[in-house]
Amino acid sequence: MTALKGTGGNPAASGGAGMRLRGLIRKEFLQVLRDPSSIAIAFLMPILLLLLFGYGISLDAEHVPVALVAEQPNADTDSFAGAFRQSRYFAPVVMPGMREAVAALNSRRVDAIIHIKQDFSRRMRSTDGGVIQVIVNGIDANNARLVQGYVEGVWAKWLQAEALANGEPLDIPVQVEERVWFNSELKSRNFIVPGLIAIIMTLIGALLTAMVMAREWERGTMEALIVTPVTIREVVVGKLIPYYILGMGGMVLSVVMSAGLFGVPLKGSLWVLFLASSLFLLAALGMGLLISVVAKNQFVAGQAAIIATFLPAFILSGFLFDISSMPAPVQVITHAVAARYFIAILQTLFLAGNIWPIILPNAAALLLMAGLFLGLARRKSGKRL
Amino acid sequence: MSRPDPRTATETGDIALALGRVTKKFVSGARRVDALQKVSMTAREGRVTGLIGPDGAGKTTLMRLVAGLLVPDEGTISVLGIDAVRDPLDVQSSIGYMPQRYGLYEDLSVQENLDLYADLKGVHLSDRPGRYRELMAMTGLGPFTSRFAGRLSGGMKQKLGLACTLVSPPRLLILDEPTVGVDPVSRRELWAIVYRLVRDEGMSVLLSTAYLDEAERCDDVVVLHEGRILGSGAPKTFSGPMKGRTYRVRVPSVKNRTLQERLSGQPGVVDAVVQGEAVRLVMSNAETQAVEKLVEEMEGALIEAAAPRFEDGFIALLREMRPPAARSAADTGRAVAAAAGKDGETIIKVKDLQRRFGDFYAVKGVTFGVKRGEVFGLLGANGAGKSTTFRMLCGLLPPSGGTLSVAGVDLRRAAASARARIGYMSQKFSLYGNLSVRQNLDFFSSAYGLSGSLRREMIEWAFWQFDLGPVADSTSADLPLGFKQRLAMACALMHAPDIIFLDEPTSGVDPLARREFWQRIDSLAEKGVTVLVTTHFMEEAEYCDRMAIMAAGEILAIGSPAEIKSRARTTELPEPTLEDAFIALITGTTEGVAA
Repeated sequence: MTALKGTGGNPAASGGAGMRLRGLIRKEFLQVLRDPSSIAIAFLMPILLLLLFGYGISLDAEHVPVALVAEQPNADTDSFAGAFRQSRYFAPVVMPGMREAVAALNSRRVDAIIHIKQDFSRRMRSTDGGVIQVIVNGIDANNARLVQGYVEGVWAKWLQAEALANGEPLDIPVQVEERVWFNSELKSRNFIVPGLIAIIMTLIGALLTAMVMAREWERGTMEALIVTPVTIREVVVGKLIPYYILGMGGMVLSVVMSAGLFGVPLKGSLWVLFLASSLFLLAALGMGLLISVVAKNQFVAGQAAIIATFLPAFILSGFLFDISSMPAPVQVITHAVAARYFIAILQTLFLAGNIWPIILPNAAALLLMAGLFLGLARRKSGKRL
Repeated sequence: MSRPDPRTATETGDIALALGRVTKKFVSGARRVDALQKVSMTAREGRVTGLIGPDGAGKTTLMRLVAGLLVPDEGTISVLGIDAVRDPLDVQSSIGYMPQRYGLYEDLSVQENLDLYADLKGVHLSDRPGRYRELMAMTGLGPFTSRFAGRLSGGMKQKLGLACTLVSPPRLLILDEPTVGVDPVSRRELWAIVYRLVRDEGMSVLLSTAYLDEAERCDDVVVLHEGRILGSGAPKTFSGPMKGRTYRVRVPSVKNRTLQERLSGQPGVVDAVVQGEAVRLVMSNAETQAVEKLVEEMEGALIEAAAPRFEDGFIALLREMRPPAARSAADTGRAVAAAAGKDGETIIKVKDLQRRFGDFYAVKGVTFGVKRGEVFGLLGANGAGKSTTFRMLCGLLPPSGGTLSVAGVDLRRAAASARARIGYMSQKFSLYGNLSVRQNLDFFSSAYGLSGSLRREMIEWAFWQFDLGPVADSTSADLPLGFKQRLAMACALMHAPDIIFLDEPTSGVDPLARREFWQRIDSLAEKGVTVLVTTHFMEEAEYCDRMAIMAAGEILAIGSPAEIKSRARTTELPEPTLEDAFIALITGTTEGVAA
């Protein structure tokens, strides 16, 4: 209520509000420019994360090393092995016997063993059909399932090719004709890189803001700041604007890098991306402010920001792990993670386009969260110690 | 919305500040702290009002209430006729408040800090150049406008903090411990500025301090103790009743420290402290015979009347509230076995010691020696290099250059057995805050390898000697500062060390606790324990056998307090205090640098 004073017929005071805000914002930018850790979080971290995730991490299994063991090598087994060699998913190594293959599997030099028994040629021409044994290292369950699927794919293709070559009709009642929409190359990078933008903006929005606000409490500058005629709204806005700009800078950097370096398509429009990012950033800033108001200590604020914003954004947002395959209670929790909505929007915008039925409800959720966190942060922070 | 209240406006008149029965409690977990209890006070316009009291007395809470940063649980606060509870923003636009750490942005330059506060306080752009010029001339910061605030010395930071507070001239200036830990030259300069503001600009000033000698510089004094007002009025109202009750006693054949020990606790003695070459005595009444009776058996005793000080009155007030403990702190040394070695042997040797942090020398070229059984003081402002020197001596920090030996070894490379000969009490309370007093004593005694009956004995001794029995099962972090300090000292003494390092042991505690502490130190020294102590209280340095004055990482002077004072003796100043000597030394060495 006291903040309204300036509008109550005192023009000098309202001019003062502009001056105070300008002073606060200028101070914040000077501090960011001089603090190597802010610069690192705002610009170095996005580059590092993008390079790491863009180049280093792939959810696709490619060139999986497999051991091929043919107990009785002949034309049939050679042809079968050839099918593996041609596939981009496998890097087969022919091994003389199961003993060597098992040793290789145990030492994780290969992820799977394709074991072709000695009666393979005979049985594949008999009515009961041929048998290949596939042993997959199940330690990495995800990878194991992928390898399993790929082996089946290679085997089906090889059968078809064999049948064609021999002029035999292959009796397949249903044919699968695959079409992949939205990420036609099925590159996991195209799916990860947009999600990374949410992670980066969480870092700048929540972690950086929580730390800088807590720093003011810790160093005693907040006390000096709030005894000046500044209003608490000005203090909050004076923090929001600089870090909003910094966060959007991080986002632009990420978009440019993902399009330029990784060739991720951007199907949707830029202004939708801009608006959605703004909404998410406001929610992240709100969380950061709220944490710092409660913690008032850089160490606690940093820890809290990582646990409450960064980790959930990483794990519970659908960035790497599919939400629909999580257990039901965990799925419920993901609704409280702002990054979840933003990642849904980002993946849609980048890979599919302006699909309103997805964008609008997620944007509404972001708006709600931004309002909630900013409102709470505003209420929790007062001009009192 | 500000609604001028006609009642307060007419009633206040020349009252700048009025508190009526203000109560403020803080609750953290199960602990409840009564920071202020029914405090009523006034401060008059155009005067310097001093808030005096030890840490935890409620000074900062009171100032924050006045500045509208806290809301009282009960009571009224009127600042310049404005209700501080209802209209904090109105109060804030007419006061200047400098918090304890000055509220400076260390990564902004002097000019940028000024600009920020000018923006926040709505100083018109056209008024700024003139105001900046005035402030820079007043504080002497003119040549440093582009330097980062973090790179300024303590005294310069304090002045920049003040300049930022004054960027728009306030009607009431509130300064929270502006002089604590700052070198005496900067302290004097700050007082000169404060007087000028009051005289030339008609400003009212409310200022808190832990230095009792500063009380005498205020027009009015409010003494706070444990959240209550102990007394208020002009400084004279405290020292006045002491008239005829203060003496300086000298007995040539007896060491001052021994004399002080003998006199304190005697019937009729309120206070006895070593001051210069004599013992200053405060008696409970103005009968001269009582003093003569005290020293009648001492040969050649000289008694002379002394002018009463504010501190005498303060001590007398505190004594009324808290009679001296049944057992004397003076036999702290009892349980400590006489330390090994010959008297007069130099037990700590430091030669050309250096410590560099980046391109900054925290300690440079420090050379001194300490003899066994000596109380050696390092005196200096915050940032003078006292603690850094200490940490190197204790082997906690490797020196960048020079040599040092403590009891014949460099503790950094020495075996644990050598370390067991020293005790260290660090500046901040470094015991386990979430353990009880008993658990802390248990832990430290076992950490020092005590076991069985010896361990039990020492823990018993600590409880008894340091009066910790009543708080044995309290959580250490919740103890009042005086208890914490006693516990810390007890833990540092558990293993009966030969050498003890005390880093600012008395910072923030009340004068009675300080006296008690020094008695313990003296008692240890009597047993042959070597004591190294740092302090920023000038008068405490008087209690040391020898001392070194440090500034900016270097030793300016070394010797007994009398020797050091004699260096500053001039015709205008026939009896300089240690502070005078300190100032003479600093201005002598820094003139070339500052110019």
